[in-house]
Amino acid sequence: MTASLFLLQRASAAVLALAVAVHLATIVYAVRGGLTAGEILARTEGNTTYLAFYVVFVAAVAVHAPIGLRNILREWLRWKGRACDAALVVFALALFALGARAVFALYLA
Amino acid sequence: MLHVKVWRGGETGRFQPFAVPRRPNQTVLDVVTEIQREQDPTLSYRFACRVGMCGSCAMVVNGRPRWTCRTRVADAVASDSALQLEPLRNLKVVKDLAVDMASLFDKWEAARGFFEPGDAIPDDFASVKPESDERQAADEGIECIGCGICHSACDVVAWDADYLGPAALNRAWTLVNDVRDRGQAERLDAVSAGSGCHACHTHMSCTTYCPKAIAPTYSIAGLKRAAAKRALLRRR
Amino acid sequence: MRGGPRIQPGYVAALLHRLSGIALAIFVPFHFIALATVLDGADALDSFLSLTDDPFVKLSEAGLVGALALHMALGLRVLAIEFLGVRERTAAAVSACIGTGFVLGLSFLLNAA
Repeated sequence: MTASLFLLQRASAAVLALAVAVHLATIVYAVRGGLTAGEILARTEGNTTYLAFYVVFVAAVAVHAPIGLRNILREWLRWKGRACDAALVVFALALFALGARAVFALYLA
Repeated sequence: MLHVKVWRGGETGRFQPFAVPRRPNQTVLDVVTEIQREQDPTLSYRFACRVGMCGSCAMVVNGRPRWTCRTRVADAVASDSALQLEPLRNLKVVKDLAVDMASLFDKWEAARGFFEPGDAIPDDFASVKPESDERQAADEGIECIGCGICHSACDVVAWDADYLGPAALNRAWTLVNDVRDRGQAERLDAVSAGSGCHACHTHMSCTTYCPKAIAPTYSIAGLKRAAAKRALLRRR
Repeated sequence: MRGGPRIQPGYVAALLHRLSGIALAIFVPFHFIALATVLDGADALDSFLSLTDDPFVKLSEAGLVGALALHMALGLRVLAIEFLGVRERTAAAVSACIGTGFVLGLSFLLNAA
């Protein structure tokens, strides 16, 4: 891991500390008595606070997860170099794309 | 009687059993010395000061890397258990309990764990206040005597032959905090390269076992921060 | 044959951190895809959510919630060591992290059941 990746990893971790705390609290609370699409949409539809929060959350995940996986690939599978990094960039973009799609889908529904 | 199993051989070998009378205040070094002097003169091991200053007697005692002169038998084993002695890990075994420390010091050098005065002769003595943040940070790690216990304890050193290791990185951190040193850029390059400080995953074994109560994990964390800060400033 | 080194709590922490991270990295893309079924209408999402009524699925969900909480707790420990220089009693700190993961996973399960 380079110093720049370390910085990105730890910075995204700090963002996620807050985001995950909120997300976990919300999930554990909201799942009481079961969870329906209607209940989810009631919270997310047209809610700009929800939108902003989760877009930032998804961006942080898209940075944090691939860098973490990079360490594992290098150390446990001994996969290093440009091909590996390229694959991880694709994974990061895919995570952001899928995540943003889900966030907007629940906002615009 | 105390039952002792001692590693004999090199990288491959076997544990040889011995029996030694239990004595009051006996240290593990006393036990090894008694075996070598009274029972088997072919046993190879190292010691020097025997009072916990030099670190030469470091070896693995019942799975833990320790100084044998500062390990009481009564503390290391329960009354009905055996003592198992092995050489330090992650260093090439020369014979029996003696290891080749060369790779430890090679990594020390690779981490640029040496003072770099620079070419320009300074005009005056450097004024280094002992209570300054840098000096306090350096002082926390400066007592290292290079005994190799942290190197032996580290899992990452075991997995990655190139990993510089806690001893080398700790010394590098003390020099990063030495305001007189003129080799900071090269040192940060050396410690933040591939198998440098970022390979540390805070297992904390080094900090757990250091007999000088140094905490290399935190020195390595300091290097991570220093390298990150430099990366951040470079972008601007 | 010489044995390996003793398993230290810090090693266990690093291993659990990695394993929970891998589990989450695999789960999250599916999570995003599942939520996006709402693009086909709220009923589409509801029919997907009804899959989670299965007790085995609920248990797996609880496991993932626990894994997230565990990964975060262990990550906060690393941040505290690296940036705040917090001196810890490793075994106690790691146990607390594992406990947090377990409590949150259990809370989810009790709330969801």
